[in-house]
Amino acid sequence: MFKSSDMFKSRSENKAKQIINHRTIVVVLILFSLMGGIAATGPRVNHPMMNDRMVDAPSLDGPTDSIESVAAFMKVYKVLMSPRCMNCHPAGDVPLQGDDSHLHQMLPQRGSDGKGLYAMKCTNCHQPTNSSGVHTPPGHPNWHLPPANMKMVFQGKTAHQLAKQLVDRKQNGNKNRQQLIEHGDDALVVAAWNPGEGRTLPPMSHEEFKAAWETWLKKGAYAPSPKAK
Amino acid sequence: MISLNVNGKTHQVDVDPNMPLLWVIRDVLGLTGTKYGCGVAQCGACTVHLNGDAVRSCVTRVSRADGQKLTTIEGLSLSNDHPLQQAWAEIDVPQCGYCQSGQLMSAAVLLKENPNPSDKDIDIAMSGNLCRCGTYPRIRKAIHMAAEMQRKKGF
Repeated sequence: MFKSSDMFKSRSENKAKQIINHRTIVVVLILFSLMGGIAATGPRVNHPMMNDRMVDAPSLDGPTDSIESVAAFMKVYKVLMSPRCMNCHPAGDVPLQGDDSHLHQMLPQRGSDGKGLYAMKCTNCHQPTNSSGVHTPPGHPNWHLPPANMKMVFQGKTAHQLAKQLVDRKQNGNKNRQQLIEHGDDALVVAAWNPGEGRTLPPMSHEEFKAAWETWLKKGAYAPSPKAK
Repeated sequence: MISLNVNGKTHQVDVDPNMPLLWVIRDVLGLTGTKYGCGVAQCGACTVHLNGDAVRSCVTRVSRADGQKLTTIEGLSLSNDHPLQQAWAEIDVPQCGYCQSGQLMSAAVLLKENPNPSDKDIDIAMSGNLCRCGTYPRIRKAIHMAAEMQRKKGF
């Protein structure tokens, strides 16, 4: 049987729970409104492009800044998607060629080590230095594509996808933040600004690129929004 | 002075280090089996082996070959009896013949690295060697034949 005193007790408890629930909701609402206020005055945590940051961000030695980081990456992205960088980071296993990034004539293949196959190895034609004249092979002693087990594709990637890929050690050659920063001065990266006759340069100087690259990484390596272009 | 080991013989050549290797091979050493086709590494007629790799000698500066081992078509075998040369003769691959030394040098690298190539392997390996006579089907057939000869004779 259900006693009236029990019923009263039960009602009292329910009322108490409701009051607590109302208080909880009010506190949460106040917190949200406070956060909204902070967000309104501090755009760094509310930037529409902010979406993600690199995995080892806690090891950063300076303050992060999503706006600066994302803005810097959008400059980096323009360089990485230029033919001088993207042509050797194709979506398929054939490198790209020319300012229109068409498939490399003769369809040389990546090979397991990224250095070509059989009589079609990269350095069979690409010399340690640029060949003279237009439509001749550009050169570098270390000319190659990324290897087959880590293709490091740029072609077709959005800024969001590429930013996330670049800081993923399973996709970036196991580079940490410091190694990524140093990679901006890698000889093959720098070779993009010495492409040989008849080829356009990346859309900014290497110095500007390097500054943007470092800013992106040092300010938190934030990935732009998936919709960023 | 640049030192070249060509077909097992060492040569000292006094040339501009930027001279194309092809010029040295043909005009200085007199080995004219290697041909000039395009001059920009697009056709493969000038292919020779530099330390076993099929480099295009028209764009390779002779300085890159200094102290290195070179093989030209004249040195592919001692008695023109490399399996590829035998298969080429058996199938009568060449028409005009101009590109064929380059074709053979590229095919030799393929067979060295892949003794049992598929049609796809052959296409990948030979795609940098053009033939204006269109002898490609016979080239493919001859490479398969040479591969079989290699396997049977244990080359």
